[in-house]
Amino acid sequence: MSTVYNLKREVEKPARLTGGHRLCAGCGAGIVVSGVLRALDKEDRAVVVNATSCLEVSTFIYPYTAYMDSYIHSAFENSAATCSGVEAAYNALKRRGKVEGTVKFITFAGDGGTYDIGLQSLSGAMERGHDMVYVCYDNEAYMNTGIQRSSSTSRFARTTTTPIGSAGQGKKQNKKDLTEILVAHHIPYVAQTAPIGNFKDLHTKSYKAIYTEGPCFLNILSPCPRGWDYPMAQLAEITKLAVDTCVWPLFEVEEGVWRMTYTPKKKLPVEDFLRPQGRFRHMFKPGNEWMIAEAQAYVDQKWESLLERTGV
Amino acid sequence: MSSRLSGNEAVAYAMKQINPDVMGAFPITPSTEIPEYFAQYAANGEVDTEFVTVESEHSSMSVCIAAQAAGARSVCATSSCGLALMYELLYVAASCRLPIALACVNRALSGPININNDHSDSMGARDSGWIQIYAENNQEAYDNFLMAMPIGEHLSVRLPVMTCMDGFITSHAVENIELLETEAVRRFIGEYNPENYLLKKENPLAVGPYDVSPYYMEHKVLEAEAMKAAKTRILEVAADFEKISGRRYGLFEEYRMEDAELALVLIGSSAGTAKAAVDKLREAGVKAGLVKIRVFRPFPGEELARALAGTRAVAVMDKSEGFSASGGPLFAETRSALYDLQERPYMINIVYGLGGRDVKTEDIEKVFARLAAIAATGEVGPLYTHMGQRSREEIA
Repeated sequence: MSTVYNLKREVEKPARLTGGHRLCAGCGAGIVVSGVLRALDKEDRAVVVNATSCLEVSTFIYPYTAYMDSYIHSAFENSAATCSGVEAAYNALKRRGKVEGTVKFITFAGDGGTYDIGLQSLSGAMERGHDMVYVCYDNEAYMNTGIQRSSSTSRFARTTTTPIGSAGQGKKQNKKDLTEILVAHHIPYVAQTAPIGNFKDLHTKSYKAIYTEGPCFLNILSPCPRGWDYPMAQLAEITKLAVDTCVWPLFEVEEGVWRMTYTPKKKLPVEDFLRPQGRFRHMFKPGNEWMIAEAQAYVDQKWESLLERTGV
Repeated sequence: MSSRLSGNEAVAYAMKQINPDVMGAFPITPSTEIPEYFAQYAANGEVDTEFVTVESEHSSMSVCIAAQAAGARSVCATSSCGLALMYELLYVAASCRLPIALACVNRALSGPININNDHSDSMGARDSGWIQIYAENNQEAYDNFLMAMPIGEHLSVRLPVMTCMDGFITSHAVENIELLETEAVRRFIGEYNPENYLLKKENPLAVGPYDVSPYYMEHKVLEAEAMKAAKTRILEVAADFEKISGRRYGLFEEYRMEDAELALVLIGSSAGTAKAAVDKLREAGVKAGLVKIRVFRPFPGEELARALAGTRAVAVMDKSEGFSASGGPLFAETRSALYDLQERPYMINIVYGLGGRDVKTEDIEKVFARLAAIAATGEVGPLYTHMGQRSREEIA
């Protein structure tokens, strides 16, 4: 790869996730997947692994696949183990002279399939050290089943299992810090990114993850217009606001070294991110100012700790 | 060559001779020794299998599914709750038509937790689309595992195969055994060369689609057809196996059934006990016989009906409780298979041996005594009973 990122050159590569898939307009998942797969060198093959998810049911509806590469989906909670199996087969067949060339292994799973039901499988695969990339496209709830809370859902968010009523004000708990859990596995590369601007951050991290030997993990914010309740044309703005409010900081941990990859010129107040989304609408009702204050305090505390860790 | 091995070591040895591409390994009593032995073979450089030590049986089956889809021959072993944890994926493996070979060392399911033998684990998986072949002893456990791949991988079948043996009774008891030479095994098994697989360079493959109503049923019917076709293939493989081993296998074994009037139908290691009881009764002039089911999936219904057609009374002995309130799974299958006979024998169901409860020759003799009474009087009595209960009046 040329060391200088060039969006024009990258998008001229043949698409590995083709159009015609059935993801919603304004969904982040398709952009995330295209963005990650674009980082593959042209001559390299990949096997894409997918957990049961919106992505899976929208990109491989029998008899059509949207992927140019080989692809396997098996179940919801086992995508990391599935990727382990493909990688193990590759090693065995390569050793026995039955497969040629470089093949890369990339798993995509949602936050439900990663933070919750697939966490054990993910942890096992990372610990065993398979040469693979695990990508969580994080849309902060079980969107495929109709917007139920996951451990990735942020505090106060309205979902169908954390509804708003006289005795309920959305999710009670803060979002699980999955990226830190993966850092604690001491794998070669862990990064958090999002599809913003010219996609340089996402591309660079995807390339590193794919071409670093061993298990690598990417946590990629992937807004959902249905679950987050924003107008679908605002996907890019919402994503950017998540990053500029420091709700979703962009950083990487390479061989244990933490590095901030993007620092907002001006850290925006968290309510700029919350206001355009229907899932947080109740936070702006009179009397609920404390919610916004607590959300801000939480983001500030996490951000300060990240600044310290990355030595910014 | 002759040797003395436990059932677990015999299956591990079969795996070594096969030298599969990938093994998913996770411990659970009583199957743990299989991956242990295999790990030692790998450490000794006797196999060059990718030995993937996963964090659960769910992942072990996931690894096998993915590896097999990627073009690799894959194996694993499990028992009881391990098989139950795989449950979801057993269906995935079968529906993706991936001929994985799994050694199931039968153990009771929780709860309450119990580590000893019965068939509740594999019986729970009987409708998952896996071929199921049961062993009576170590020799059969070894032989069945060697036959799994030629059966499952054949184009007419392409289904995963579960070979089952009784936990501890077979898995841990050391018996004399005849092993094949590794060269002969390799020739018998052949290379695994699927026409399509994930790692095939010329033709990328997508596996595991979201299958909508206009297609799902067609796929399930194809799977059902494959299971029907498996019966022929199992017999072909058995015939080939006889040529290299001298040991003959069918869908089930008939023991002293030629003129039998009273018969038992059962599965697994209890057949040894039952054979001893049959011999004793034969000496006393009782026309007793035994059918030991070897292949439970596909179920040999027509063949079994023929084998039992001349009998007067049959006891089907289930080593698992199906909680159907009308008998165990083997009983349901057997009774259904005999429905089309012009003249049907009387039939009862006895659930026995749950969680390792011992069964002795005297127990089997009691069952035959009950069958004799039924045949003589035409009074069947209770249809479905549990044998060896301490808290209830003994019915046999």
